[in-house]
Amino acid sequence: MEEEMHTDAKIRAETGAGSSPRGPGCSLRHFACEQNLLSRPDGSASFLQGDTSVLAGVYGPAEVKVSKEIFNKATLEVILRPKIGLPGVAEKSRERLIRNTCEAVVLGTLHPRTSITVVLQVVSDAGSLLACCLNAACMALVDAGVPMRALFCGVTCALDSDGTLVLDPTSKQEKEARAVLTFAVDNVERKLLMSSTKGLFSDAELQQCLAATQAASQHVFRFYRESLQRRYSKS
Amino acid sequence: MKETPLSNCERRFLLRAIEERKRLDGRQTYDYRNIRISFGTDYGCCIVELGKTRVLGQVSCELVAPKLNRATEGILFFNLELSQMAAPAFEPGRYLNLFLKIYLFKIHFQVWQIRVDLHLLNHDGNIIDAASIAAVVALCHFRRPDVSVQGDEVTLYTPEERDPVPLSIHHMPICVSFAFFQQGTYLLVDPNEREERVMDGLLVIAMNKHREICTIQSSGGIMLLKDQVLRCSKIAGVKVAEITELIQKALENDQKVRKEGGKFGFAESIANQRITAFKMEKATIDTSDVEEKAEEIIAEAEPPSEVVSKPVLWTPGTAQIGEGVENSWGDLEDSEKEDDDEGGSDEAILLDSIKMDTGIEVSDIGSQDSEEEEMIILEPDKNPKKIRTQTTSVKQEKAPNKKPVKRRKKKRAAN
Repeated sequence: MEEEMHTDAKIRAETGAGSSPRGPGCSLRHFACEQNLLSRPDGSASFLQGDTSVLAGVYGPAEVKVSKEIFNKATLEVILRPKIGLPGVAEKSRERLIRNTCEAVVLGTLHPRTSITVVLQVVSDAGSLLACCLNAACMALVDAGVPMRALFCGVTCALDSDGTLVLDPTSKQEKEARAVLTFAVDNVERKLLMSSTKGLFSDAELQQCLAATQAASQHVFRFYRESLQRRYSKS
Repeated sequence: MKETPLSNCERRFLLRAIEERKRLDGRQTYDYRNIRISFGTDYGCCIVELGKTRVLGQVSCELVAPKLNRATEGILFFNLELSQMAAPAFEPGRYLNLFLKIYLFKIHFQVWQIRVDLHLLNHDGNIIDAASIAAVVALCHFRRPDVSVQGDEVTLYTPEERDPVPLSIHHMPICVSFAFFQQGTYLLVDPNEREERVMDGLLVIAMNKHREICTIQSSGGIMLLKDQVLRCSKIAGVKVAEITELIQKALENDQKVRKEGGKFGFAESIANQRITAFKMEKATIDTSDVEEKAEEIIAEAEPPSEVVSKPVLWTPGTAQIGEGVENSWGDLEDSEKEDDDEGGSDEAILLDSIKMDTGIEVSDIGSQDSEEEEMIILEPDKNPKKIRTQTTSVKQEKAPNKKPVKRRKKKRAAN
């Protein structure tokens, strides 16, 4: 059954806009997540969306350098490493986006003058990389036991030239799209935590993408819940 | 983050155990940990797990102009990233660069630059071996775009046009590490992280399956006898043969899976039966009500507040939007204004004299001792300065740049 689904995913990814415009044809790719796979970090997770794969490791709460310490809450640091080449400006901006999202949910005030470091390594990039990074970071924070007020997930939408909305686009779909929007949503009230957009779109399309993201986030959170239920089923 | 230091009792325990020929994980002296190789969907991407040590290798290529002193050779570049996972002092790139022989021919004034990026994901000892295996596997797995040269024309085919071509690799050198304890009395193959912390020195031998030694490196300042080194090289020969066989098998498996059209990539290498791993198939999302929701939200939303921006052009190059907020810092010190002046004045700007109706009088402060904050707008044919609250006098503005600064400094000294 999984094999059929997998080939289905491939076909759908290739045809892309085979789904009716703005119709119920959007789909998320095959998801997989493995937690606690690295021995050194306090928490780690590997998140796969289709062929995009990101590995996240969390250290914390740990000792912080005096220059970086904040007296009343934890210092959150995000490091994103690309697969090829040295980290550049694009990585820095993504790190900032992810850090802002994490700071909104992590209860830093419970661990003042400590540091929580999230290290993300891009293992393979086949579209919707930022969303995959966000998901991996969230699962790694959960694995590390960092206190959070909500879980968060990332979803990427792409709008192609005739306005069709595609969720969780592949790299080919992202390249041919008119606009690519990534949103981070929390699971308590499905409110928006972070948005990063590239391209041209109208405000109606923005709201449609947001609504689609909220619908998609439900599936992602169900995936989180089921994977954590599986993990703690034997304890 | 600081590394947690190794406690003395742990150190003593490890050394005592080694003296009694016991290792913490139950291995024998010459045993390697389990090696697991998994490939990604792109060519040239692999993850190697040596016990818990994990290294990700990725190979990429591009056409570049060759180095001047080696005009006909390609360039092979290694990069080992040690992220926050660990910070040892070794650089495997050095070892690998010396002996890896890959012929990369010159293609019409450009050569291939092959770049191997190795990322250490988890440090549990023996990074050098893991990194060397990852590099060799990634290079063997990699496919470069096909190129054809016809006279002066060079055509680079995309992977869709023509199947990419593997690199021509002559032999596969693998590093084997030996850790020495108690001044060379005891040795262990493939030390893990704890054993590495208490070792005295490390000997790395890079060999290929034809028993040719490519590199030997000894670090840590241990003094070894000749027969110790020979013994190590014999052990290395055996180990390298085993590892090379493992690599070949993994590469063949992957190739078979790709040819048969089966599933490949990291998604498949996540073990199903592990309780910490979970998979979900493709999920369709119903987005049919997305349009209505969006329209609702837009209808209910308040219109954006009217933003009236009336830009005022003072001089060419100086414009102002809005009035700004009242300065809440209190009285500015002289020194801060000094900095402003130094930054604002630019003698090089010579503008056409466009007389602007500024609407603000040029007030003459007069004496140098004035410390009031006043706005001075200069005539455009004089030295234009940015509008800032500053203490200055008309006299100073006419003078060249350096003088006002000096005068102000004197003023401060006087104060």
